[in-house]
Amino acid sequence: MMSSLPPFLIFFLAALIAPFLSPWARKGFLLAVPILGAVNMFSFTNGSYYSIEVFEFTLSLVRVDKLSLLFGTIFHLAAFIAILYSLHLSDRENDSAGGHPDIEGPASIQHISGLLYIGSAVGIIFAGDLISLFIFWELMAVTPILLVLARGTDSARNAGMRYLLMQITSGVILLTGIIARYHEVGSLSFDHIGLNGLSGTLILLAFGIKACFPLLHNWAPDAYSEATPTGSVFLSTFTTKTAIYVLARSYAGTEILIYIGAIMAALLIFHALLSNDYRRLLAYSLINQLGIMVCGIGIGTPLALNGAVAHAFASTIYQGLLFMVMGSVMTMTGRVKGSELGGLYKSMPRTAIFCLIGAASISSVPLFSGFATKAMTLSAVIEQEYLYVWLALLFASAGVFIHTGIKLTYGTFFSHDAEIQAEEPPLNMQFAMLIAAFFCILIGCAPGLLYGMLPFAVDYEPFTAAHVLTQYQLLLFAALAFTLLKISGMFPPDTPSINLDAEWTYRRALPRTVHWFIQVFGPLDRWFRNTCIRQIERCINIIFRHHGPEGMMARASSAGNMMLWVTLLLIVFLVLNYL
Amino acid sequence: MTEPEKKHLFDDQRNVKRVVLILFVLCGLSFVAEMFVHLHPKHPWESVFNFYSLYGLMTCIMLVLIAKMLRFFIMRREDYYDE
Repeated sequence: MMSSLPPFLIFFLAALIAPFLSPWARKGFLLAVPILGAVNMFSFTNGSYYSIEVFEFTLSLVRVDKLSLLFGTIFHLAAFIAILYSLHLSDRENDSAGGHPDIEGPASIQHISGLLYIGSAVGIIFAGDLISLFIFWELMAVTPILLVLARGTDSARNAGMRYLLMQITSGVILLTGIIARYHEVGSLSFDHIGLNGLSGTLILLAFGIKACFPLLHNWAPDAYSEATPTGSVFLSTFTTKTAIYVLARSYAGTEILIYIGAIMAALLIFHALLSNDYRRLLAYSLINQLGIMVCGIGIGTPLALNGAVAHAFASTIYQGLLFMVMGSVMTMTGRVKGSELGGLYKSMPRTAIFCLIGAASISSVPLFSGFATKAMTLSAVIEQEYLYVWLALLFASAGVFIHTGIKLTYGTFFSHDAEIQAEEPPLNMQFAMLIAAFFCILIGCAPGLLYGMLPFAVDYEPFTAAHVLTQYQLLLFAALAFTLLKISGMFPPDTPSINLDAEWTYRRALPRTVHWFIQVFGPLDRWFRNTCIRQIERCINIIFRHHGPEGMMARASSAGNMMLWVTLLLIVFLVLNYL
Repeated sequence: MTEPEKKHLFDDQRNVKRVVLILFVLCGLSFVAEMFVHLHPKHPWESVFNFYSLYGLMTCIMLVLIAKMLRFFIMRREDYYDE
C-alpha cells in the first residue's frame, strides 16, 4: 500500500519536528508518534514496498511478513511505553518531578536520540535487502549514544565510547560480510544466509556482537549500567531484540547457535548473581534470556522458532518493566546498588508490586508471560534430544529466578531497611510500568493472543497439569535453596565491588600491555633514534667543514690572482713552443 | 512519604517466619502432588520422581556455592578500572 509511509520514517520525521515544539506540545506529540507509527505499519499487507534502484542494486526498504510484523508490533508497543516513561524529563535542572535531575539527564537530547534509535531499529525489522540492513544497522549503532552520554559523568562517557566502538565494529564486520556475500552468491537479498563460506561467518559474527554472544557480550552490562534511567529502558529494548530478529531470519536451524545460546543462558548467571549494580544484574539476566532465544533459533523447528520469537516478544516487555523499576528506584533514591538499597516496599509499594510482576514474568511463574513462551523453546530442545542443552536451559531457568526473581526484588524492596527517604516515581513512570505489567499478565493468562501472531501455526498448550506442576516444583525448590542459604548465612551478600568479565581484556589487559610495550621498547627506540641522529650530525659537520663558508672547497680567489696564474700558464706554453 | 511510626508488613518478624513457613508447605505440597499428576515425560530423566524439584534445589545450591568461590577470582574494588 503505497499511501503508507515506511515505518521507520515516522520516527525520523518526528525527531526532526520534536525540537521545535513547546515542552507540553512535545509531550503529546511524542506519545502520538508510536500510535501513528503502529496505525501506519498495520496498513501494510504482506509484500515488499519502496524499492529503490541504486547503481545495479535494488533496495527494498519495506518488506512485510509475519516475522517482521511481530517484531514491528512489539517495537511500537515498547516505544510507546518507553516514551511514556520518559515524559517527565525536563531540560531545566530544577524542574524535576521529585527525582534526581543530575541522574536523569536532559529531556531534548534523550527524546530525539530515542526517536532516531527506535526509527533505526524499526528500519532493520522491515529492511528487505542487506544494504538497507547495513545502513540501519550503523544508524542504530550511532543514534542511541546520547542516551548514555546524557548522564554527564566521566564513566558514562567512557562507557558510551566503548559501546560505540563495539557497535561500529559490528557494522564494519557486517559490511565486509555483505561484500563477501555479493561475491559468493551475487545477491543481496536479506533472507536465509546460514553458516556457509566466509560471508556467512562474518555476518553471524556481526549479528553476534549485537546479540551478546559469549565474550562479545560485555558492551551490554557496561552501557546499560552507565546510561540514564530512561536510556537503559530504551537501550535494553531494541538493540538485542533486533539481533534476535536478524538471527531468526538468516540463521534458523544453524546448529552452533544451540550451543552458543546454552552458554549465554547458563554461564553468565554467575555474574548476574554476584552483581552489586542491579542494572548490571538486569543486563546479565537479559543475556540469559537472549540465550534461550538464540538456542531456539539454532534448533530451527517451527515450535522452536515460534518459541524464540514469542519469548523475544514477552521478554521485551518484562525486561523493560524491570529496567523501568530499577530506573524509578534510581531516579527517586539516587541509588541502584544492592549494598545501598533495601526496605523500599515501605515507601514505594506500587513500584514493588510492578517489580514482583516483572520478576514473576522473567522467572516463568505460571500465569505470567515468560511461562507461556519460554516453555516452547525448552520443549523443542528436549524433542530434538539435546539433553545437556536442555539441562543447561533448565538450570538457567532456575538461576534467573534466583538472581532476578528473588535477589533483585528482595535486595531492593524487602531486605534490611536502608532507611531511604523516597516516594513513588512520577505518574507517567507509574503508568508506563502499569501498562508493561498489564501485558505481562495478559500474555501469561491468554497466550493465545500472542500465539496467533507467530510466524508458524501453533499447536502448543502451556497450561497442562504436568507443565504447571513441574514449573512450580522447579521454582519452589529454587526458592527453598535461596531461603536455606540465606538463613544459614551462606548466600553471598551484596558488597561494593565489581566483577571481572570479558571487558577486562580491553579495559585492563590491553592498556597494560601497551604500557608494558612502551616501557620495554621505549628506551631501545630512544637509543636507536639518538644514535642515528648523532651519525647524521657527524656527516653534516664533515660536509660543513669542507663546504661551509670556512671550508676548503668554498674558498674564493681574487680576479688578479687568476690573471697571474693565466699569464704564468701562457708563458709556460710559449717556452714549451720554442723548445 | 511514610509516617515514621507506621509499622510495615515485614517489620514484624512473625510475618517473615510465616512467609518461610508458607514456602515450606508449598514445597511439600508440590513434592507430594507429583503422585497424582501424570507427567508425560519426553525423556527418561523426567520420569525420575520429583526430578524438577531435586534439580531446582541442587543446581541452585551449586550455583550459589560456585558463585561464592568465584568471588575469590573475579571480585575487585569498584575503582579497579580507574587506577
